[in-house]
Amino acid sequence: MSNETAKTLKQGRALPVTDLSLVVLVGASGSGKSTFARRHFRPTEVISSDFCRGLVSDDENDQSATKDAFDVLHYIAGKRLAAGRRTVVDATSVQPDARRQLIDLAKRHDVLPIAIVLDVPEEVCAERNAARADRADMPRRVVQRHTRELRRSLRHLEREGFRKVHVLRGVEEVENATVVTEKRFNDLTHLTGPFDIIGDVHGCSAELEALLGKLGYVDGVHPEGRTAVFVGDLVDRGPDTPGVLRRVMAMVRSGDALCVPGNHENKYGRHLKGRKVQHTHGLAETIEQMEGESEEFRAEVREFIDGLVSHYVLDGGRLVVCHAGLPEKYHGRTSGRVRSHALYGDTTGETDEFGLPVRYPWAEEYRGRAAVVYGHTPVPQATWLNNTICLDTGAVFGGSLTALRWPERELVDVPAERVWYEPAKPLATEAPGGHEGRPLDLADVHGRRIVETRHSGRISVREENAAAALEVMSRFAVDPRLLPYLPPTMAPTATSRVDGYLEHPAEAFAQYREDGVARVVCEEKHMGSRAVALVCRDAETARRRFGVGTGGDVGEGPTGSLYTRTGRPFFDDRSVTEEILGRIREAVAAAGLWDELATDWLLLDAELMPWSLKASGLLRTQYAAVGAASGAAFPGALAALEGTAARGVDVGGLLARQRERAADAAAFTEAYRRYCWPTDGLEGVRLAPFQILAVQGRSLAGLPHDEQLALIDRMVEHDGSGLLQTTRRLYVDTGDAESVRAGVDWWLEMTGRGGEGMVVKPVGAVVRDEQGRLVQPGIKCRGREYLRIIYGPEYTRPDNLARLRGRFLNHKRSLAIREYALGLEALDRLAEGEPLWRVHEAVFGVLALESEPVDPRL
Amino acid sequence: MFLTISTTGTPGRPATDLGFLLHKHPDKTQAFPTSYGTAHVLYPEADAERCTAALLLEVDAVALVRRGKGKGRGGAPDAALAQYVNDRPYAASSLLAVALSSVFSSAMRGVCKALPERAGQPLPLRIEVPALPARGGPDLVRRLFEPLGWTVTAEPVPLDVRFPEWGDSRYVRLVLEGETLTLAAALRHLYVLLPVLDDAKHYWVASDEVDKLLRAGEGWLPAHPEQQLITSRYLSRRWSLTREARERLELVRLAETDDSEVEEIDNAVEADTGDGEAEEKPAPLAEQRRAAIMTVLRESAAARVLDLGCGQGQLVQALLKEPRFTEIVGVDVSVRALAIASRRLKLDRMGERQAARVRLFQGSLAYTDSRLKGYDAAVLSEVVEHVDLPRLPALEYAVFGSARPRTVVVTTPNVEYNVRWETLPAGHVRHGDHRFEWTREEFRAWAGAVGERHGYDVEFRPVGPDDLEVGPPTQMAVFRKKDDVNDVKDKEAKAA
Repeated sequence: MSNETAKTLKQGRALPVTDLSLVVLVGASGSGKSTFARRHFRPTEVISSDFCRGLVSDDENDQSATKDAFDVLHYIAGKRLAAGRRTVVDATSVQPDARRQLIDLAKRHDVLPIAIVLDVPEEVCAERNAARADRADMPRRVVQRHTRELRRSLRHLEREGFRKVHVLRGVEEVENATVVTEKRFNDLTHLTGPFDIIGDVHGCSAELEALLGKLGYVDGVHPEGRTAVFVGDLVDRGPDTPGVLRRVMAMVRSGDALCVPGNHENKYGRHLKGRKVQHTHGLAETIEQMEGESEEFRAEVREFIDGLVSHYVLDGGRLVVCHAGLPEKYHGRTSGRVRSHALYGDTTGETDEFGLPVRYPWAEEYRGRAAVVYGHTPVPQATWLNNTICLDTGAVFGGSLTALRWPERELVDVPAERVWYEPAKPLATEAPGGHEGRPLDLADVHGRRIVETRHSGRISVREENAAAALEVMSRFAVDPRLLPYLPPTMAPTATSRVDGYLEHPAEAFAQYREDGVARVVCEEKHMGSRAVALVCRDAETARRRFGVGTGGDVGEGPTGSLYTRTGRPFFDDRSVTEEILGRIREAVAAAGLWDELATDWLLLDAELMPWSLKASGLLRTQYAAVGAASGAAFPGALAALEGTAARGVDVGGLLARQRERAADAAAFTEAYRRYCWPTDGLEGVRLAPFQILAVQGRSLAGLPHDEQLALIDRMVEHDGSGLLQTTRRLYVDTGDAESVRAGVDWWLEMTGRGGEGMVVKPVGAVVRDEQGRLVQPGIKCRGREYLRIIYGPEYTRPDNLARLRGRFLNHKRSLAIREYALGLEALDRLAEGEPLWRVHEAVFGVLALESEPVDPRL
Repeated sequence: MFLTISTTGTPGRPATDLGFLLHKHPDKTQAFPTSYGTAHVLYPEADAERCTAALLLEVDAVALVRRGKGKGRGGAPDAALAQYVNDRPYAASSLLAVALSSVFSSAMRGVCKALPERAGQPLPLRIEVPALPARGGPDLVRRLFEPLGWTVTAEPVPLDVRFPEWGDSRYVRLVLEGETLTLAAALRHLYVLLPVLDDAKHYWVASDEVDKLLRAGEGWLPAHPEQQLITSRYLSRRWSLTREARERLELVRLAETDDSEVEEIDNAVEADTGDGEAEEKPAPLAEQRRAAIMTVLRESAAARVLDLGCGQGQLVQALLKEPRFTEIVGVDVSVRALAIASRRLKLDRMGERQAARVRLFQGSLAYTDSRLKGYDAAVLSEVVEHVDLPRLPALEYAVFGSARPRTVVVTTPNVEYNVRWETLPAGHVRHGDHRFEWTREEFRAWAGAVGERHGYDVEFRPVGPDDLEVGPPTQMAVFRKKDDVNDVKDKEAKAA
């Protein structure tokens, strides 16, 4: 025994154990595994085979229960590892087969298997067993066999797949040893940046320097202490790989940068180690450029590449950086396949027409909480997809070099000076994993989903709501290609306390004032049916931009669509729709808006009248039915009461009450009748547009409403067909009592004449409050008479009003904001020319949310 | 919520005896609390010649909604009852029947302490119900009351006189006149028949409803020619009510979003009213269709079969009976249809081996679906005609371009045959949800083009009697994938 060994033994050996790992204790029965585990690990970290035997058989020593016990042990260990929790297995594990199963388990969950061997003399084990009542009759040969098997195993443990093996020999070493928890190399969750994550550089030294400059770095150091993070592929193809390496390595060394390896570093690293690799895909350029460098520098590079960690988990787990993207279950994990995915991504096994592997669209399926920032696949422009973003914007191919500021989520880029390297195939025009024009897939919409929105973060859709939306979308909606938007629901104003009113605009003005919105516009509500119109200049535009009118369509293709709040066409007869679209088209052309807005299509939000056109079924079965029943019942009832009273019998307040009810019912009938008129073809049909939602390349959802209405007014003015109708409006300053009073009076006057009411909107359209949250895009204030249609004929009776005031608006408001954010998202995706499935995902989300349980009268 | 009961009298038998028979004094107005509001009894006329008792139920509409809103946020067990705009306060509905039985309970039993012998005697009666909701209209009203000895006047109430084009409402002004019935019998007739005529979905059913029906129907129901209809309508509600409540709330809300009726979109499953009217009749054509499909599947040696648009699972059930079909997958877009199919197949009680052969899940042919790949055969029986023509290319791609089973069987109505259906008015489609019905030539053109585009050979077969002039009622196309080796389309599809 050397001196040093003696010293260690005395002080106790420190055993490094990774924080996420599967620790396998190896030792004979009685070697002290349970005691060791108890001393060094938390009780919940340890699963013992004896305990599992007890679970399945009520007897910890029942050897016949061993198989079931190990099933349970593996199951529990699997659950813990899947959840990212270190697990210690307390079983003899002296047989290779038992250990192999545990190593497989660790691999399956991409964690390190670690062995701690307790090599204690057989006699000691036997003595200890004899001292335990429950093991007293264990035959000596069992321990003998254990010890024999252990000895035989010792040399093979590393080869079996254990990444760390600690062998403790003798009782004393076992007792003195300590366990030191080590973090994984990829776990940098304690670093909070801020970071500047930089895409694939590929030897574009000049672009890198320009980008670092633009980001504020001075000679590789950021004055505000920011950290650069490179997503790999620093080398190959470009003009100055050594320059790039020199810069990045210096920054990493000084702690100003982090770097993960790309597949190109990996290959070059193998070349540096003398392995035989093909000098393709730009490696030849690197080798040539590096020949001009010193042997010392090449050694540094080799060491640098060798030390790169496949991916990093940063900022409290909110950020994951790697080269080729990483599904959530691999985050922070350590295994060969994690490294392989991080470097190369996943492929479908197929090759495309350029002979390149077809990448598996892992990001489409990504639902993780951490943002994954990566590179590897050149894309024309970096875009978020399910909380992942690819920063490889093809600098070396003449694109740009892009960085992402974190946590700001801002993109910063510099254009490439030139095409440094000809791409094997043209830069795809799609987001990673996306396919322009690929058919919609059920996985885009089905089940529980989370939709990433620019304006309001992640919005989740529940499974049952998606199921209902799927039914309606599939069976009744217009072609999804012509359904790029669905309007959000709108919350009513806070419940009014004004005598006789359930809703009153004073509340709406007050709410906006509170939200910090000074200027609002009151827009008259038309009491038709909400309608969205997609109007293309001609069928050719619809074909080119929206891809309809080809293939199975009959005759001349459609020039757009006109649909309801659930995406259903207003008219079964396509020619009627086309007639309306034609009239809108002419008005748009006459107003000169095609050129002015530089577009050949536009998407309109509007109200289609009369209400009776679409709601006739509901009118007949519900509204008119109530009118008919009350109209038939009251004359008799009143006559009976009057007759009774005439006989001198006291009818109390009953007669007066019935007269009031009869009057209420008559008022109700009048209320719905205002929104009904006969139509014949398009005769009598009117459309009141109030917002141009989007045009080619632009979402206009953020265009202030006064500018919106000015555009709309011109359309209406130039409409020669009598279809279009203007929307009356009044601007109100929420901080000015006089102005607010004028707004209230305007509403009183309008609803007093039977108007439906109005919608109050911030003039600035998309507006946020002080906390940065979206404010309601509109608040409806419905007229007193109109609300009879909603709350019933007698809702204005004081006792009814008192009860109805107990209504709860929060869910409706939250729903309105979520749907609004999804609608905005759909418009942005549409404007940016994103693939259909991306637009459809957001549109479908709106429809699904509409089936959430919320008081339908709000 | 209002009805009157009148009688005429003679000096020897004054009409005001009605007050004794009803146990309610004619010179008083009396109020009785009931579950849904207050019931009032009053007498607009009461002398020896004529006496009229009026029952007026003041329904509290707001309370009705609040009561209906049982479980869950915003969820009502019956969405229709959760409407504030509700005919319950005005129509003579089941609520009125409940009030009737509680206010006039003794009279209904034929008990009268003051005039015990009169209670058992017939008297001239005139009953007026000004707003009676009557599913089935005046005709059914007559069929229900006339056999009981009433002279029936039933006039439909127009929906809205301002809009005559809307036609009649579901309400009827009902006058019943009779000389031969006792008051107790009259009350019992009303007690049973008001809810029977009322629209199904507004009706509450308590657990002791069978007993109540037996008691109230004593002496007249067993011999009634519409006895079966009355019984099943009266009792069947409780089933359909709870099912509807459980399964369609999301769709109810989507219908509300559009100001439309839920029936407009929740129509994937035929309304099973359970009243004997729509009782499942043997549908020979449907059976022939299934038989024809099974024949094709057997010929093609298919073992793993998709039933795309499986509806209530009739074909799945048939497939399960043959062990050669080792994997049967029923797909439908309607969750409700799937729930019914699952009940019908008794999936939860099926033996493990059988259950392992069958799966049902929601899917949509408007989208490609990786779960549908790799099957031997797919059946689209009476499916394509439920898809809007402009969206048919998406279905075509999902089935023939993406799922690509070896064999695809498509059946659809032959519109030419419609002239042979005597009950089908000219120019009408066979089902309200059919978006189109094809002639033989149209179907052949479509199927031929699909086969061409996706590399399938197509064979056409008639289903049902092949009429010399107009062809068979159902047309069938069998698509067989061309040899995979030469199948360029297949590779293209894979590459995409």
